[in-house]
Amino acid sequence: MKIGVVVFPGSNCDHDCQHVFRDVLGQYVEMIWHKETLLAGLDAIVLPGGFSYGDYLRTGAIARFSPVMGAVKEFAKKGGMVLGICNGFQILLEAGLLPGAMLRNKSLHFICKDVSVKVENAATSFTSAYESGQVLKIPIAHADGNYYTDPVMLAAMQANAQIVLRYCTLEGKVTPEANPNGSLDNIAGIINAQGNVLGMMPHPERCAEAVLGNDDGKLIFLSMLEALKGNRKQLKMVGA
Amino acid sequence: MKAKIHVTLKQGILDPQGKAIEHALDSLGFKNAGNVRVGKYMEVDVNETDKAKADAAVKAMCEKLLANTIVEEYRYELG
Repeated sequence: MKIGVVVFPGSNCDHDCQHVFRDVLGQYVEMIWHKETLLAGLDAIVLPGGFSYGDYLRTGAIARFSPVMGAVKEFAKKGGMVLGICNGFQILLEAGLLPGAMLRNKSLHFICKDVSVKVENAATSFTSAYESGQVLKIPIAHADGNYYTDPVMLAAMQANAQIVLRYCTLEGKVTPEANPNGSLDNIAGIINAQGNVLGMMPHPERCAEAVLGNDDGKLIFLSMLEALKGNRKQLKMVGA
Repeated sequence: MKAKIHVTLKQGILDPQGKAIEHALDSLGFKNAGNVRVGKYMEVDVNETDKAKADAAVKAMCEKLLANTIVEEYRYELG
């Protein structure tokens, strides 16, 4: 498979994503400078974490206008798989490819630690290799991960099982105490209604190898490859 | 013309920075201070002489970039 990793000025997880897809999973990876406007022959696109444009104005607000984003939107519109991690998620929100917006963490702190996250929907192209309800240990590293959307959109996303990942306790209980940043409904990751664009605040690329002591994140990438190969499970959106 | 633009979180959306400042004011003894909202202030020179045109331009800037209207509201003065 040919995976494109977009590089914005200030991206800093781009090489981690490249490493996982290329060195861990043996795929071809193309690094795409944000000034590119044509994305030919790619199977999937990753918007990596980092601090694009120094987080000026709002996280992701300027990156959204990078020349490459027109092509990313076009790619997504045609059904292409797009994964946004952390700052990549924030960019997807600002670009309108996913609903909602990010607020500053409730504690105001930049939080960098392992958290527990529950796979609420294992029937997506990004999570099919997990079991439904599986609890992952996965690091977060952000100051603006406090997800917000209006009640109408939240209800629609709940009804469509678009809330894919939620912060939880070690035992998988979704509680306010397990919510690190104040995110609405403990949301850690969401997918669009079409099922081809996923945004998540936790960093699966930082825990995708046993040698690092944790490979809970690897199955995100494996799920994507599986979906791209056409081996995906029957993708039946189950109502929440 | 110069636009002076204020962007703040919408009422009803938790403003953690505002809350932190509110608590600090309270600790300092300003018991009369409440509902602190933190925002951004921007100045933009708009190369228009017609006020209506400048107004339309600034509004579009706010809607498209300067504010995220899902969570923020904006107001501005033109002069």
